[in-house]
Amino acid sequence: MHTDWPLWEVFIRSKQGLDHKHVGSLHAADAQMAIENARDVYTRRMEGVSIWVVQSSDIHASNPDDAESLYDPANDKAYRHPTFYDLPDELRHM
Amino acid sequence: METVEITCPDQVFLDKLDRELKIEPKDWMPEPYRQTLIRQISQHAHSEIVGMLPEGNWITRAPSLKRKAILLAKVQDEAGHGLYLYAAAETLGISREKMYQQLHNGKAKYSSIFNYPTLSWADIGAIGWLVDGAAIMNQVPLCRNSYGPYARAMVRICKEESFHQRQGFEILLTLSRGTPQQRAMAQDAVNRWWWPSMMMFGPPDASSPHTQQSMRWKIKRFTNDELRQKFVDICAEQATILGFSLPDPLLKWNATTGHFDFGPINWDEFNQVINGNGPCNKERLDARRKAWDDGEWVREAAEAHAAKQKTKAAAA
Ligand SMILES: [Fe+2]
Ligand SMILES: [Fe+2]
Repeated sequence: MHTDWPLWEVFIRSKQGLDHKHVGSLHAADAQMAIENARDVYTRRMEGVSIWVVQSSDIHASNPDDAESLYDPANDKAYRHPTFYDLPDELRHM
Repeated sequence: METVEITCPDQVFLDKLDRELKIEPKDWMPEPYRQTLIRQISQHAHSEIVGMLPEGNWITRAPSLKRKAILLAKVQDEAGHGLYLYAAAETLGISREKMYQQLHNGKAKYSSIFNYPTLSWADIGAIGWLVDGAAIMNQVPLCRNSYGPYARAMVRICKEESFHQRQGFEILLTLSRGTPQQRAMAQDAVNRWWWPSMMMFGPPDASSPHTQQSMRWKIKRFTNDELRQKFVDICAEQATILGFSLPDPLLKWNATTGHFDFGPINWDEFNQVINGNGPCNKERLDARRKAWDDGEWVREAAEAHAAKQKTKAAAA
């Protein structure tokens, strides 16, 4: 009995010089087919110049329940941002 | 927020909705929200896929190479829409295979509109103008729905839909400037597609029990009747550009409401078609099942090829 082909996540570089960005997913028997299908499904209107595919089962994600402990500590470190520093208006080029 | 400690996951969920934050696949969500989305997104995906059939019927008979290329591109887009939506539904925990099964065994529903036949070339124009037009009316607010993967799929779909409607309108416009026979053919297509298109917005609000819940969950942003009225108002004006009439003797501008009044919709017909008794229900399902069965050897061959390549790569 047939079961679904593996699921792949598709990343597309929309133009030279930009990062690959996640655009969606699809099923394919292997990586080559995943790239070919990604071309048909996600780049019908010149949306990309390069495609990455990654088998979804190979992606490890952080747990949303950990969001607080992972990201909140950065909240009280405003001094990491340039706007934290109160400098005279006449100061130029900084 | 400062005084109330929010701990119950249900409250966290509702709080996110109130703040217009998206729910993502791994976030906690109430089971009925998940099931509602699975049903709605998979039905939507099935509609895109089955929707290729009535139009595919005219690809080989399009009146010119240009029209054929356009129709091919449109039908290919619909396949893409189905795939985006199936992928969005899968993030909720249902497998692609299960969704196909539900479609093929008749358990899943799809939009009733695709159970009507495409009798002439003008039907391709009427479908683009009215059916894609109604779909866009439904789909634009869905770009803001609360489930992240569904909303993102809808943004992509809406970007692609607009040419679908425009090409349909252009077909009708061309026919409207043609011979008397061509005008009659186009008017006939509009007559046949108008009421089924009106039904695409679903039952009236009074008999649509899930609407309130879906609006609370921010899956739906407008009620069926609100969207239908918008559609009527827009189409009534666009029809005058084509010089065609809409087949509703009660259609009339109402200065008091600022909307067009329209006649009663035949909900018996709608229920008949939804329940499998439309003119093409059997033909559509048979075509989908046949495509699936005929593709069996291709799926097997692709799997065998992938396995062989893997073994080769491991040995090298
Ligand atoms: Fe579509
Ligand atoms: Fe469309």
